[in-house]
Amino acid sequence: MVGGWAIAVHGGAGVDPALPVERQEEARRVLVRCLTAGAAALRAGALALDVVEMVVRELETDPVFNSGRGSALTRKGTVEMEASIMDGRGRRCGAVSGISTVKNPVSLARLVMERSPHSYLAFDGAEDFARKQGVEMVDNSYFITEENLGMLKLAKAANSIMFDYRVPLTGADTCRASAGLVADVGGEMQMMNGLPISIYAPETVGCVVVDSAGRCAAATSTGGLMNKMNGRIGDSPLIGSGTYACDACAVSCTGEGEAIIRSTLARDVAALMEYKGLGLQEAVDYAVKERLDEGKAGLIAVGRNGEVAMGFNTVGMFRGCATEEGLMEVAIW
Amino acid sequence: MVGGWAIAVHGGAGVDPALPVERQEEARRVLVRCLTAGAAALRAGALALDVVEMVVRELETDPVFNSGRGSALTRKGTVEMEASIMDGRGRRCGAVSGISTVKNPVSLARLVMERSPHSYLAFDGAEDFARKQGVEMVDNSYFITEENLGMLKLAKAANSIMFDYRVPLTGADSCRASAGLVADVGGELQMMNGLPISIYAPETVGCVVVDRAGRCAAATSTGGLMNKMNGRIGDSPLIGSGTYACDACAVSCTGEGEAIIRSTLARDVAALMEYKGLGLQEAVDYAVKERLDEGKAGLIAVGRNGEVAMGFNTVGMFRGCATEEGLMEVAIW
Repeated sequence: MVGGWAIAVHGGAGVDPALPVERQEEARRVLVRCLTAGAAALRAGALALDVVEMVVRELETDPVFNSGRGSALTRKGTVEMEASIMDGRGRRCGAVSGISTVKNPVSLARLVMERSPHSYLAFDGAEDFARKQGVEMVDNSYFITEENLGMLKLAKAANSIMFDYRVPLTGADTCRASAGLVADVGGEMQMMNGLPISIYAPETVGCVVVDSAGRCAAATSTGGLMNKMNGRIGDSPLIGSGTYACDACAVSCTGEGEAIIRSTLARDVAALMEYKGLGLQEAVDYAVKERLDEGKAGLIAVGRNGEVAMGFNTVGMFRGCATEEGLMEVAIW
Repeated sequence: MVGGWAIAVHGGAGVDPALPVERQEEARRVLVRCLTAGAAALRAGALALDVVEMVVRELETDPVFNSGRGSALTRKGTVEMEASIMDGRGRRCGAVSGISTVKNPVSLARLVMERSPHSYLAFDGAEDFARKQGVEMVDNSYFITEENLGMLKLAKAANSIMFDYRVPLTGADSCRASAGLVADVGGELQMMNGLPISIYAPETVGCVVVDRAGRCAAATSTGGLMNKMNGRIGDSPLIGSGTYACDACAVSCTGEGEAIIRSTLARDVAALMEYKGLGLQEAVDYAVKERLDEGKAGLIAVGRNGEVAMGFNTVGMFRGCATEEGLMEVAIW
């Protein structure tokens, strides 16, 4: 369809094929709730930038996905979050990393964009800025869930076995003795970012919107990679990698951070449209197919004309979209 | 010329037109020394990645430019450095931010790429990694020069006058009472990143190389914006913004960080070649002209076929290049 608003959300790419049905249902419910809220706002004429912030706040606050509360844990068992936001109108942007006490990192990223002389603040400096801005601060323990404490233990065990995660393992080679570590799909161990897929916490939530006036915006937020080194920055706060928006489109990515960074995945979708003349879905398909090499990632995108496009080369991606025409769908596989 | 090695370096864009001649000469000497060392290595068959690291280490160690020793100071009077490096072969990359005790940030960025499971480490986490890697660590005071302490004072005074730096001021409006603050060029106060050009420390040093085998690599390093907020991250450590390398080319940028980030300037040069079929210099010119809007920046680039290209829309950029054919030149204006 040409024209009209559209919204897409994601809750991360790289999903355990053995994820229990009740967890899948829970994830779908959260995605539907976010889409419904976003669609209602858009119907009422809200701006794209406001909607992406609102929806990502919702995803951060809900513990189901890996952002805000429910974030994956660093190797020290703490939470370090990051986020970025971009307004296609004027390509303004803001980002934060190393956030440990700010309840909604995506909103802090927006404040960096709108109320600081810079584009990107991190760690202590970002937290100082947050305090001065009077944003809602909480203890780091607020973000930590029991489930993720358990996942961290499994991740440490998995990482210490030093998988070469680019080599597919047969059923016989896998450590079946470690119950729950193995998710076999046709005899190959599914891995993402160095972890077996049953432990891997799909990184990142995101939202992209085109509003009634054709303005595009994108926002991405994450706790990052389970068992990551403290101080590790992934693709989510990096403009052009995890997030991008311009006059033509808005993009939010998820998956293996290193692969998304080397591919400048979000910018490339827009560049393929701008410089190679591809349409939105063509550009998404090309980027996923040609830019990632052996990397695994997914992305959601909207175009100024109301189009929605998605692509991923992972086992699943939590996602959904809604359009002015009345479409609403969520999917995992 | 088609084929052969080539090297380009920069010491930052946005130069005070009133820079004393002896300072210009000093800058030229450093650039010549770096180019000579880089060229000698390339003649001996060194790899692009090794040469860009070596040259940027040289630029970090010399206090003349804004990286490593001689870095611009944060508002607290400390030094927080950042750097990134990228190998066009395979588009491998590494980056660091918030570095305060590591003598050569560009080498730490390379270690992140080669010896950590991640692409980008920052602040305490990066320093912990550095300690474990046994790199050379020094006190933060090592990086601070008398001159920059003086510049910081001027920058604080300038920032407190709250210039709207996008509005050109006439001679009558400028604060001539603050001697040394004003650099008039045709009645307009020259500003970069919110500071008058006489105080602004051109941000960033960089090096791009294509070696004998046609491999491209890029590296960028900086102390950042004078009087920046602690925790501020600029474009230099961001892959696709300040640094980029792929099979076709290598790019390093300098100037207003926010503008370079929104423009994904380094990636765009390569994308223009890849997706729009432009040649190297065409792509550089297009990126500088079309992507920056009112932002001010410059960049250097080399192509796989031995070409060198540069572009900037600022008042000057410290730069130089050398090629296998025997060309060697440095320039400021």
